[in-house]
Amino acid sequence: MREVAVVSFAEVAYPRSEDDEVELISAVIGRAMTASGIAKSEIGFTVSGSCDYLGGRPFSFVTALDAVGAWPPISESHVEMDGAWAFYEAWVRLQHGDIDAALVYAFGRTSQGELRDVLATQLDPYYFAPLWPDAVSLAALQARAMIDKGICSEKDMAEVARARRRAGAARRASSPVEASVDALLASPYVVAPLRSHDCAPNSDGAAAMVLAAGDLVKRVARPAFIRGVDHRIEAHALGARDLSRSRSTELAAEKAGAKGRHFDVAEIHAPYSHQDILVARALGLAGDVAINPSGGAFGANAYIVTGLGRIGAAATSIIDGTAKSAVAHATSGPCLQQNMVCVLGGER
Amino acid sequence: MSEPVKGIKSPVRLEYTVSAGRALSRFLAALTEARLLAGRCSVCRKVYIPLRSVCPTCAAPMSEELTIADTGTVTTFCIVNVPFEGQTMKLPYVYASVLLDGADLPILHLIQIPAEEARMGLRVKAEWVPPAERRPTLESIRWFTPTGEPDAPFDTFKEHL
Amino acid sequence: MKSPPQSKVLSAPYVLEYTYRRSVGPVVGRFLSALQEGKILGGRTASGKVVVPPTEYDPETSDPVTDLVEVGTSGVVTSWSWAAAPRANQPLDRPFAWALIKLDGADTAMLHAVDAGDIGNMSSGMRVCARFAAERSGNIRDIACFEPETSGKGAS
Repeated sequence: MREVAVVSFAEVAYPRSEDDEVELISAVIGRAMTASGIAKSEIGFTVSGSCDYLGGRPFSFVTALDAVGAWPPISESHVEMDGAWAFYEAWVRLQHGDIDAALVYAFGRTSQGELRDVLATQLDPYYFAPLWPDAVSLAALQARAMIDKGICSEKDMAEVARARRRAGAARRASSPVEASVDALLASPYVVAPLRSHDCAPNSDGAAAMVLAAGDLVKRVARPAFIRGVDHRIEAHALGARDLSRSRSTELAAEKAGAKGRHFDVAEIHAPYSHQDILVARALGLAGDVAINPSGGAFGANAYIVTGLGRIGAAATSIIDGTAKSAVAHATSGPCLQQNMVCVLGGER
Repeated sequence: MSEPVKGIKSPVRLEYTVSAGRALSRFLAALTEARLLAGRCSVCRKVYIPLRSVCPTCAAPMSEELTIADTGTVTTFCIVNVPFEGQTMKLPYVYASVLLDGADLPILHLIQIPAEEARMGLRVKAEWVPPAERRPTLESIRWFTPTGEPDAPFDTFKEHL
Repeated sequence: MKSPPQSKVLSAPYVLEYTYRRSVGPVVGRFLSALQEGKILGGRTASGKVVVPPTEYDPETSDPVTDLVEVGTSGVVTSWSWAAAPRANQPLDRPFAWALIKLDGADTAMLHAVDAGDIGNMSSGMRVCARFAAERSGNIRDIACFEPETSGKGAS
């Protein structure tokens, strides 16, 4: 496989933004491009991840191209998925060897609608969607399955939520939780067994990343090399899966070369506290790894940006020299249906 | 046994509160004052209407905002003959791309003219609704009407087709 | 359109609405037809597993599923969550449980609602039975919801 590195990453997030999508993306593309030392003319491929249903406007990702300056015409692609899958497409594209740099971005404004209801439209249209099960209700089914199996308790979930929100407070799209774990456990359920603190608040935001290969990686001092990446998907029907285990994360971790490896940093895409616990378990993380020092989804969660944000946060820890090795995870679909694992490392 | 099921009704209804972003909000607000707000790219110097935050070819910010005239040239048009839900104009009617004087990008609007007289190069002017009826929407312009000037030569708008 | 106070950004309500009608194909179609008759079908796969509701293709071999068998209208809750504040279009407008229910004879669980009355009446492993709607149109909602089996109410 050709060696590809993340050479820059920038993100922006707000609880509710007054910028539109183009204004949000413009903020991060400039920063990511400048930090990479790579010129617009050297970018051979541009790919984004977004979800039209966040704003309710079809083909909204086409208008977003204004922020990229698509003239002369560019080689461009889009996935109606988390930006992590746009990252994956860019990585695959760079494997062909004819181009040396790609621009990846993701954006979304969850504030425009009710995300938990919007997500019911991604479900099986015959057996699930007519019941309009919202995203929190479905996530709660997985939490219950984990509690029933003794994998975690509501207290464990509250502790994780509290730790993530504290770590993520600096990213501005979330506020830290001051209450004690006991006080959190006394608060009402949103959908039992999930309480408000267990659910990452949704935000508006955008993120951009530059991938490079060949000589272009040398434009930065500490590129974050992609040592392995893989993604796996499980059955859509929740009742056909073992929700107390993330088999696809385990398999993706194995295929990406993450199994049994030490990492300084792990960035997990978990908008619910119990998912954080389940994915850490599936990755087989040792006790000494720093999990979600960025706060993960609890720092900022523009839904379709958050997975790319985890890869970006993990890469940034290598780029800025605070870590030598990192693993990042991204997820898509109800109850961790599809999962990606990416192993990153500094220069060998 | 009843007829085997062949299909299901699968309605989707989602409610949103959409916000227009900073640049578009300024453009829409200016319409209530019968002003057309455009922006000039700091790099290529092209004038874009509606006002937007970045130039789509340069990805660069606007260097200035300017009000442009409400007169312009029809670059291309279509004649709508087919009735549809939400239709307000009597059929057939003309929907055109209007290159406003001073702008480098056309806007789309209705032309108040018999369909058989519509043509490329037609000079038009906006007819604004009365001040009390103006809202932050392009419907504050009821339609564009011919000015009576000679048609604009093809060379003056051939780059904007 | 209104501006939020202290902001020049304009916002407006917007409704996205689609009136889709979806063709269902022979497997889903037979399942939905059976619901109209108060019956629940599963698809038997090559390995002998019964998938409920039936999928068009065997998840293990990718072969078409053609063997549909009747399963019970009662079964066991394998997981659940409590919707204390039901949202628009959901199966019930009073607090209810979402549940994955493994019907008698099935090897997978199906998603539906349980009209349990109180969160204290829900537990994994409890038995529930289907309550069919009075008027059925060949839709998953021909099952109005499930209810705890001990309540003594009829199923179809």
